[in-house]
Amino acid sequence: MSRQKQQKNRQEPCCCDSSFIPIEISPSHLNQPAPLAEKLPFAVGTLRAGDRIIPQVSTTLTTTDKLGSWKARWKIGRMNYRIPPGLYAVGNPSSESPVLVSANYKMSFDRLRSELGFLDAWILVLDTKGINVWCAAGKGTFGTDEIVRMIDVSGLKEIVTHRKLILPQLGAPGVSAHDVAKRSGFKVRYGPVRASDIRNFLENGMKATPEMRRVRFGFVDRIVLTPTELIGAFKYALPAAVILFALSGLGPGFYSFNRMMTYGLTSVILLLGSVFSGALLAPAFLPWLPAKSFSGKGALIGAAILLLAGWHYFNTPGDFRNWIDVAAWIGIVPATTSFLAMNFTGSSTYTSLSGVLKEMRIAIPLQIGATGIGLVLWIVARFV
Amino acid sequence: MFGLKYLPDVTTLQLDKDKCTGCTVCTIVCPHSVFTIEDKIADIVNRDACMECGACAENCPEEAITVRTGVGCAYGIIMGAIKGTEPTCDCSSSSSSCC
Ligand code: SF4
Ligand code: SF4
Repeated sequence: MSRQKQQKNRQEPCCCDSSFIPIEISPSHLNQPAPLAEKLPFAVGTLRAGDRIIPQVSTTLTTTDKLGSWKARWKIGRMNYRIPPGLYAVGNPSSESPVLVSANYKMSFDRLRSELGFLDAWILVLDTKGINVWCAAGKGTFGTDEIVRMIDVSGLKEIVTHRKLILPQLGAPGVSAHDVAKRSGFKVRYGPVRASDIRNFLENGMKATPEMRRVRFGFVDRIVLTPTELIGAFKYALPAAVILFALSGLGPGFYSFNRMMTYGLTSVILLLGSVFSGALLAPAFLPWLPAKSFSGKGALIGAAILLLAGWHYFNTPGDFRNWIDVAAWIGIVPATTSFLAMNFTGSSTYTSLSGVLKEMRIAIPLQIGATGIGLVLWIVARFV
Repeated sequence: MFGLKYLPDVTTLQLDKDKCTGCTVCTIVCPHSVFTIEDKIADIVNRDACMECGACAENCPEEAITVRTGVGCAYGIIMGAIKGTEPTCDCSSSSSSCC
């Protein structure tokens, strides 16, 4: 059915695209990559193949590479995290050596080359607009057309005598292996999901175990994604917290700093606590939160915060203005945590479009309703 | 423990067994082991694990598989709704995860 629709999907711009500052790389650079090779911090030399000069890349990551990955996760200077597309060499490959295909997102490329210390091989880097393999495959930029184009541009047919490409399995959503074969003569073999399994894959005669073919989403996989979530959430949460803090001084009579320092502080702690929990604790405890939908999982985190807050109210009622103030947070806290947990569907490795649409249809009206009622109650609580 | 299982009975995945030749490509590309080969024909054995990535449909040489693909990403869907486009995604920074 949706072959056509898929194509349509794929032409949609990616939101990250707009933030990218393109590096000037014209295909003509690829014919004379020698000056380029000097500019590549990860190149250790050059190699002559026919009339082409191919940058030879290091298989060990430097501190700068690792720092770069870390910075990318925290969204510091993320925009130039792409490398020039084209052909690269690891070790001293010959015309018989395997060709591995990768994306031009530096982290994808780094992960691949760092696993190839044992091997002489070619790496064909596609122009995926600086986006990782799986995302780019979803958009089709890691796709059949781009592979066929890069085979031509790089002159691969003159450089290797065999006609085989090894693709990361996660590139498959964008590629039709049989079409690549038809259009370029190169046969596609899908390698393992993780670069760390490549050695095993190659040494087992290009066979991947079912385990190597399965995407995981373990604790560490989830935690490394949370900085991006946190930064995205706090961009909105911090201004909101400042506003609530300032408004907390309002009440009968004059504006009161005293009220700001008590009720205001409570509001800030509850709001930022909810944001922090929704963006960090929900991903961390994902498999153990007893709900199927992400919004449900988030709401449960919110309920836990409410229990804590309720306990605090019981002991120190003076930190809240009145019971209406408490009621307001019963709406705002779970709505916030639920929304943020729901946003984590975008980072997860197992949610489907149909599933997310289904949960959003129920969750979004509830989240908006609860936040709206909560905010009204919060304002009302200032004045009664 | 709910584990990493998403909502049941939602995927749009369809397999037309009459077209299938049992080439096994779908079992290779699927990141969630949705397919196996039974009696030389593909079979869906893990339907609710499907994340609608489209790898199987795209790579089936017989076009025996259909699925509505898209980003399973709430943020992308919201942005798509606001901009009036298909769901788009803000790619997260890891290659082990998608939008
Ligand atoms: S890829 Fe298509 S033809 Fe091959 S086994 Fe799967 S369904 Fe059958
Ligand atoms: S769409 Fe993706 S997850 Fe679903 S069955 Fe096909 S390959 Fe597997």
